[in-house]
Amino acid sequence: MNGKHVVAEIIVVTSGKGGVGKTTTSAAFATGLAQRGNRTVVIDFDVGLRNLDLIMGCERRVVYDFVNVINGDATLRQALIKDKRYDNLFILPASQTRDKDSLDKEAVGRILNELKQEFDYIVCDSPAGIERGAFLAMYYADSAIVVTNPEVSSVRDSDRILGILSSKSKRAEEGSEHIKEHLLLTRYSPTRVERGEMLSVNDVLDILSVPLLGVIPESQAVLRASNSGTPVIVDSESDAGQAYTDAVARFLGEDRPHRFIENTKPSLLKRLFTKKREGVSA
Amino acid sequence: MRNLLKYFRKDKNPSAALAKERLQIIISHERIHSSNRANLLTSMQKELVEVIARHLNIDTHKVREQVKFDFAQNDGHSVLELNITLPDEDIVAAR
Ligand SMILES: Nc1ncnc2c1ncn2[C@@H]1O[C@H](COP(=O)(O)OP(=O)(O)O)[C@@H](O)[C@H]1O
Ligand SMILES: [Mg+2]
Repeated sequence: MNGKHVVAEIIVVTSGKGGVGKTTTSAAFATGLAQRGNRTVVIDFDVGLRNLDLIMGCERRVVYDFVNVINGDATLRQALIKDKRYDNLFILPASQTRDKDSLDKEAVGRILNELKQEFDYIVCDSPAGIERGAFLAMYYADSAIVVTNPEVSSVRDSDRILGILSSKSKRAEEGSEHIKEHLLLTRYSPTRVERGEMLSVNDVLDILSVPLLGVIPESQAVLRASNSGTPVIVDSESDAGQAYTDAVARFLGEDRPHRFIENTKPSLLKRLFTKKREGVSA
Repeated sequence: MRNLLKYFRKDKNPSAALAKERLQIIISHERIHSSNRANLLTSMQKELVEVIARHLNIDTHKVREQVKFDFAQNDGHSVLELNITLPDEDIVAAR
């Protein structure tokens, strides 16, 4: 087996609210873990709304999906898609079936166990909401990355999800050690925080009191990355890419100062004289 | 000039502070009413009743009917209200 991890770790990327950056984060995080030499698989739990394949840029290579494996129509080996950039990174796409009940709790557990034999990290991209798909994505998790935007409904939904993680997960049911929780604040705009228009990092931490894994700035690099099917972390020049790289390093136990929290945008005058690509950090 | 700048930059739209205040209120409310907290309140109530019954030398069953346990939420703070109605004779007996 692999040497790095004696026991593989299951990470759920969750939030409650939709559109906050879970899939962007799952793709970046899985790629970041692979970049650092970990055998990693990222699973799309969003049955009916498959998207991770597009963000990872492997949509044309999807043959079988998660539900095919659950139903025994395909083996894991057949369904796993090898990433085109990193050969220790694999994607398990979601099914496009409209049947939301196609994920079965025991079957998901069995497949995760099988993946644990092969991988160091299993990243689960959760769908929005608190229904079956979201529940199954977090049920078996060892740690959780709670993706939150500095905005009222997202913060409230994150609190709900934190409550569910600590009461409904397998670890909670068994009374074993709690799921390790991490807060990832995304789509952060220091300029708007400075103007008092947006909740600050500290505001959100005051309310949620979960250890901060990182702050990902609102960045044009994210749209650019999704346009080309490249996880944003691969764009090592970009602010968002660097912020994700830091977050992965912190997840692996490294101590890194938080960047992109302060407003460093040059003044208008300066901007008029220096031409610069948008979405690239100073 | 300085005030003018401040007017334009900081005080123009301080809506984040309002957002934070509203979130703190609604989230603490929701946490109390989530199943976990409900369990916490129930077990706390049970233990308090036991303690009261022990010290006042009356049976648990009787105390339970006379203990009112309430959680109230006011602006900025929460109140845990415990109302115990004891018949005069019980207090006298305890002394
Ligand atoms: N840091 C960011 N900066 C700018 N746009 C972002 C950022 N993170 C996510 N987005 C955009 O937000 C939208 C939702 O992101 P996605 O990862 O699909 O969210 P979810 O999976 O939570 O629904 C996408 O259009 C994505 O490009
Ligand atoms: Mg998604």
